[in-house]
Amino acid sequence: MSDPLIIGGQALSSRLFIGTGKYSRNTLIPEVVEASGSQVITVALRRVDPDSNDNIISHIPDRMILLPNTSGARTAEEAVRIARLAKASGLGNWVKIEVINDQKYLLPDNAETIRATEILASEGFVVLPYMSPDLSAALRMQEAGAAAVMPLGSPIGTNRGLRTRELLRILIAELDLPVIVDAGIGRPSEAAEAMEMGAAGVLLNTAIATARNPQLMASAFRDAVAAGRKAYLAGLGPVEETAAASSPLTGFLD
Amino acid sequence: MGFYETARRLSEQADSEIWEKYTKDDVMRTLRKEQLDERDLQILLSPAAADCLEEMARCALRLTRTHFGHVMQLFTPMYLADFCINHCTYCSFSSIYDFPRKKLSPEEVRQEAKAIAATGIRHILILTGESRKESPVSYIKECVKILREYFSSVSIEVNPLSEDEYKELKEAGVDGLTLYQEVYHEETYRKLHIKGPKKIYRNRMDAPERGCRAGFRTVNIGALLGMYDWRREALFTAMHARYLQDKYPECEIGVSVPRFRPFLGEYNPEHIVTDRALVQIILAYRLFLPRAGITLSTREPSALRDRLIHLGVTKMSAGVSTEVGGHTLEGGTPQFEISDGRSVQEISRMLRANSLQPVYKDWDILESV
Repeated sequence: MSDPLIIGGQALSSRLFIGTGKYSRNTLIPEVVEASGSQVITVALRRVDPDSNDNIISHIPDRMILLPNTSGARTAEEAVRIARLAKASGLGNWVKIEVINDQKYLLPDNAETIRATEILASEGFVVLPYMSPDLSAALRMQEAGAAAVMPLGSPIGTNRGLRTRELLRILIAELDLPVIVDAGIGRPSEAAEAMEMGAAGVLLNTAIATARNPQLMASAFRDAVAAGRKAYLAGLGPVEETAAASSPLTGFLD
Repeated sequence: MGFYETARRLSEQADSEIWEKYTKDDVMRTLRKEQLDERDLQILLSPAAADCLEEMARCALRLTRTHFGHVMQLFTPMYLADFCINHCTYCSFSSIYDFPRKKLSPEEVRQEAKAIAATGIRHILILTGESRKESPVSYIKECVKILREYFSSVSIEVNPLSEDEYKELKEAGVDGLTLYQEVYHEETYRKLHIKGPKKIYRNRMDAPERGCRAGFRTVNIGALLGMYDWRREALFTAMHARYLQDKYPECEIGVSVPRFRPFLGEYNPEHIVTDRALVQIILAYRLFLPRAGITLSTREPSALRDRLIHLGVTKMSAGVSTEVGGHTLEGGTPQFEISDGRSVQEISRMLRANSLQPVYKDWDILESV
């Protein structure tokens, strides 16, 4: 069954997006990419050092779509500058906007993110804003030209799962854009749940990078995301408060 | 307002017998909490917690790997000038010592920068003694201009400046400020700082906040451990860091754990900080400030540094000289003796052997594009 996710005109068969941070060695990245089956990988431009012998980009297989992120940006202007730098460095025109003003919890600044989305989308970037799951903000990002929105499941790097479940549900129901749950997913079961809810994809890094066996965890997430998507497409059965008999007792009245 | 008010309140409590009232049960309860408050910090620094270091270490390691991953940021200090008008009883650069003082010329700064950059390091911390005549803000700016050609990020560790001066340096390309209070205990501070502007306790205490207001991306604070009771000094440092974190959420606040080291003079600290105490301090910092960077310098011996990387530390200096021009020139006077003299490559090898990735570049100061 063909069920591609279309973002920025690109058809993706994998709905699992992965990251490049927190690994004990960069040489793990190609192995994780392989095991995850992912086609999109995010990389913090601030960590890219073209002059280094161990430049992180050199570890990413060529087939991957690079999603440079603006990690480190604290204002819309900084995010825009980072995105332009990424493009000028040949990293393509996809960008994940991260504008974070809160160094204690690393929660995104939606207002600045909307401003950056407006500017970068108008310049032709494929913009994927990382955000707190707020409907008004998400609608404004959609209006501003975002290619998808990336609301958090719980704060970055916490592995606390889908704490924002109810808000994610509203975003998925109300937006015309793909909703990719980003941040907080710690277990494959949580990735599957996000997909069952109708998320278009999930992005995660910490859960894989800090696992004892990152490659195996990457493959577990690959399977979980695929299973969750299948369940969503199949249509989950309704959840009832009381038991519902398969053969109704009053069926004879029909 | 400012942290000084909090410090005064803490002073009234911290010299009483707060440390003795806590039990091992209090420690274990604190370790199960998600958000730690001032009382929890006291508990983690108390004698009762000294019996729970293993449990604390497990929590600290988990928090560190979750928030920072398997990486360690490396940086190197670069001493620009050792002229100083202060007399601090514990520092070789004190004005009372007679040695040939030096300040790097622009060419020498470039030469040093090239040598350090060749090691791969992209984050540099520049230091000077306090002399508005020999190393004024204009001199620091001139050096920063050169250093920005070689480094992604330049931080300063110089005498406290005004908010406007910090802004001036930020405009020139400085993005981080390191400033140690040295001693939070006010009376001891006065005793140790005999002559010069550094005598003004409050000017130093308020300087990190001026740095936050000036817009530095990172502000790093600490107490020079050994000068006063370490529990109290660590309590004040962590509370100072929390104060800055709460008030300036956009600024990345870090803490350092420098222990006193031998220097040119004869001062010996009264309050010895053992390895066990140092570990307790690092663990308490990590648990109380889960997202704060914790810096470990080459003041510590290599064997101990190799162990501490698993307890919450996120930044390490490497390939260090504490002499002006110590990477390419000869005949300097070290500010203090370092313990871990390993090169950047040796430190990187050690980190990799411990399944940690050395990070040479974590940020680039943004230029307009």
